[in-house]
Amino acid sequence: MNGDAITILLWVALPYAAFATFVVGHVWRYRYDKFGWTTRSSQVYENRLLRWGSPMFHLGILFVIAGHFVGLIIPREWLYAIGISEEIYHIGATVLGMAAAVLTIAGLAILIYRRRTVGPVFLATTVMDKVMYVFLGATIAFGTAATVMYQVFGPGYEYRGTIGPWFRSLIGLQPQPELMVDAPLAFQLHVLTATLLFALWPFTRLVHVFSAPIGYLFRPYIVYRSRDDQRSNRKPRRGWEPITQPDPKKLTKL
Amino acid sequence: MKVMAQMSMVMNLDKCIGCHTCSVTCKQAWTNRSGVEYVWFNNVETRPGVGYPRGHEDQEKWGGGWVRTKGGRLKLRSGGRLKKLATIFSNPKLPSIHDYYEPWTYDYDMLLNAPAGEHTPVAKPKSLLTGEDMKISWSANWDDNLGGSRETMQDDPILKHMSEHVAAEFEDTFMFYLPRICEHCLNPSCVASCPSGAMYKRVEDGIVLVDQDACRGWRMCVSGCPYKKVYFNHKTGKAEKCTLCYPRLEVGLPTVCSETCVGRLRYLGLVLYDADRVAAAATIEDETKLLDAQRSVFLDPHDPAVVEAARDAGIAEDWIDAARRSPIWKLINDYKVALPLHPEYRTMPMVWYIPPLSPVVDVVADSGADGEDARTLFAAIDRLRIPMEYLAGLFTAGDVPAVAGSLRKLAAMRSHMRNINLGEEQDPSIAASVEMTGTEIEEMYRLLAIAKYEERYVIPTAHTEEARELEELACSLDYDGGPGMGGAGPFGSSSGQQVPVAVENFHALKNRQTADRPSTPGRVNLLNWDGNGSPDGLFPPKEDG
Ligand code: HEM
Ligand code: SF4
Ligand code: SF4
Repeated sequence: MNGDAITILLWVALPYAAFATFVVGHVWRYRYDKFGWTTRSSQVYENRLLRWGSPMFHLGILFVIAGHFVGLIIPREWLYAIGISEEIYHIGATVLGMAAAVLTIAGLAILIYRRRTVGPVFLATTVMDKVMYVFLGATIAFGTAATVMYQVFGPGYEYRGTIGPWFRSLIGLQPQPELMVDAPLAFQLHVLTATLLFALWPFTRLVHVFSAPIGYLFRPYIVYRSRDDQRSNRKPRRGWEPITQPDPKKLTKL
Repeated sequence: MKVMAQMSMVMNLDKCIGCHTCSVTCKQAWTNRSGVEYVWFNNVETRPGVGYPRGHEDQEKWGGGWVRTKGGRLKLRSGGRLKKLATIFSNPKLPSIHDYYEPWTYDYDMLLNAPAGEHTPVAKPKSLLTGEDMKISWSANWDDNLGGSRETMQDDPILKHMSEHVAAEFEDTFMFYLPRICEHCLNPSCVASCPSGAMYKRVEDGIVLVDQDACRGWRMCVSGCPYKKVYFNHKTGKAEKCTLCYPRLEVGLPTVCSETCVGRLRYLGLVLYDADRVAAAATIEDETKLLDAQRSVFLDPHDPAVVEAARDAGIAEDWIDAARRSPIWKLINDYKVALPLHPEYRTMPMVWYIPPLSPVVDVVADSGADGEDARTLFAAIDRLRIPMEYLAGLFTAGDVPAVAGSLRKLAAMRSHMRNINLGEEQDPSIAASVEMTGTEIEEMYRLLAIAKYEERYVIPTAHTEEARELEELACSLDYDGGPGMGGAGPFGSSSGQQVPVAVENFHALKNRQTADRPSTPGRVNLLNWDGNGSPDGLFPPKEDG
């Protein structure tokens, strides 16, 4: 296989395949496994570590996600336009990013330590949990390593000139894989593990992210429902449809 | 006026013998699965005592229910919507499993497979959370019959509110049993706490349920309920709670706990209420007025205007009729002997209790006086400060006269009926002293003491215009071997497609019968066998040769 094929495979085919898996996977999971769609909280087993680990990790990762949104989706020219220069962005991204990374990593470390050492929590850990943690951990580790190597101690790598446009080129269906070829290895690995994590996402407990209960802020406190709503939403098989009023027109046709 | 119907329960505590039959049958029916080993939708507590989970009535600690703000609005005690979302990553008020108890089983296999030796083999307790050996040191009714209560009784939240000297002398004074299920509140704080909106109150009969497909495991309902009657299934990661046995009620059968109650002390029936007035009633400032406020929300099913409004609200004729014959309505409103549990939580609970007179009778009888004489009993009710205050702490937010009023009626009934049974001259002043007539007292006696099955349970069947049973059948056909069958799916326990109840039960049963690593692999564990049929492995394999 030549270099071009690998480039296309890694930076075009793989991301699209992962994205397709992500979308179709979620739809499939939602349709067929609503019952498995949960955080599977382990707080009733153990609270001392979780009380610190979970909020730290979650606050951190939510900041990280917000940061990625600004860094990848928003073109730098837009930021220049509102007065955020390269300099300011770099300092801001590095300082805030590192703060978020420290929170995330410390939180994740506590959570993983807890998963492994607290008996009941370990026993309640599924294979998918472990796989998810490997890819989540790897993504976060490579991302941090890249930032530390290039942004903090290194010369600084302008990913908004390469990775950002590459990402947007995928969204725009005009993929430009060549943009990724010269990115430093740490960044490449970060992107690859993240891509795989997204492909795994719908099959792990991470689905809980998509049911973040924002609606809670807007609904009335007490929910009423009729028992008729409780009927199965599966379509009955032919011949087993529920009994309904007969259609009088059919009678006359007999 | 918005008329709604509520299926409710009353328990007559005088008749509870604390046998736990209700708890056991409920467990067999609903929580005999892994993940809910520690869960008792119905539990029976010895009071005074700390209850289950330990000290659950201490809302300073657990933050359940509602509070009234200075501005006269209702607020969830553990914080409103924003606070809930801000603390969603780790719920600060969530009880740990150890506040209930660590579930365990025994290493029964040892009894069968231990090598011959000097000592009798013992079955060691094994934790169901870790699988390790454990020392059993707490359970759902560890202080049953006040056993070991000297160590824990001071933690009873009700006693803590009473004066300190009380606790010490309490043990000699009195004891009774308090069976508890979900209250199916009119203003349920569990529903209000659920971020996903997965919990709901059924429009038709007011039963509060968790939609298992919509629950996302945010576990806010567990802390939101002041009665601690929503539980977290630690295997499926979803909340579960008492369902008031709705599949039984829908076909006119009483709940399992009621049906099997040895004391025949549970009553089931409808109450009509005005949903528009619930919030205002729950917001009354003076806690001791909450009892009357809640009573005022109920609507008289004999009032033509109410019946008219009920019809307009789409309540069926047989339901209105059932509301008229409802034992609950009689006990709460006509005789006014039933009281709600902890009205001060402001959730408007709908399982009410007739407080126990027997502690009073016991004291009177022990002192050699006549335990069936109305005046002696009335005097004792006024004199026995400690039990009265305790009962008031449970049922009337501390209002002693309200509890005393209820007990005086029971005392009057006792005395009135004694005269009748002994053929003595009747004393109309007894009934009059509790503002009842002799006939009313005799009717109440019939309901409370004779307690005929048809009078205890007045349950109108649900209106199923469509054939539900058939639907279920249809599903089970194409389910055989489908996803989610038996045990863990790919994403943790019980993931997979929704399974019709009947199929789920079948597989649960099969799993249970063959679970727990029997002494010989492939053999049925007789301790889990339900006695039905002869599953594979019930008998040892035939020896050939
Ligand atoms: C958007 C809002 C989010 C909410 C409301 C949320 C909420 C929760 C909750 C309630 C738990 C259960 C904690 C417990 O009691 O055991 C949890 C666990 C978890 N969440 Fe989130 N989450 C969110 C976003 C995320 C994101 C973006 C990620 C990662 C990409 C994530 C990764 C995890 C992981 C890995 C766990 C398991 C922790 C453990 O080891 O127990 N969450 N989340
Ligand atoms: S008692 Fe039942 S209905 Fe009331 S708040 Fe608790 S769980 Fe909800
Ligand atoms: S079955 Fe009846 S008598 Fe026995 S504990 Fe339960 S409520 Fe009390």
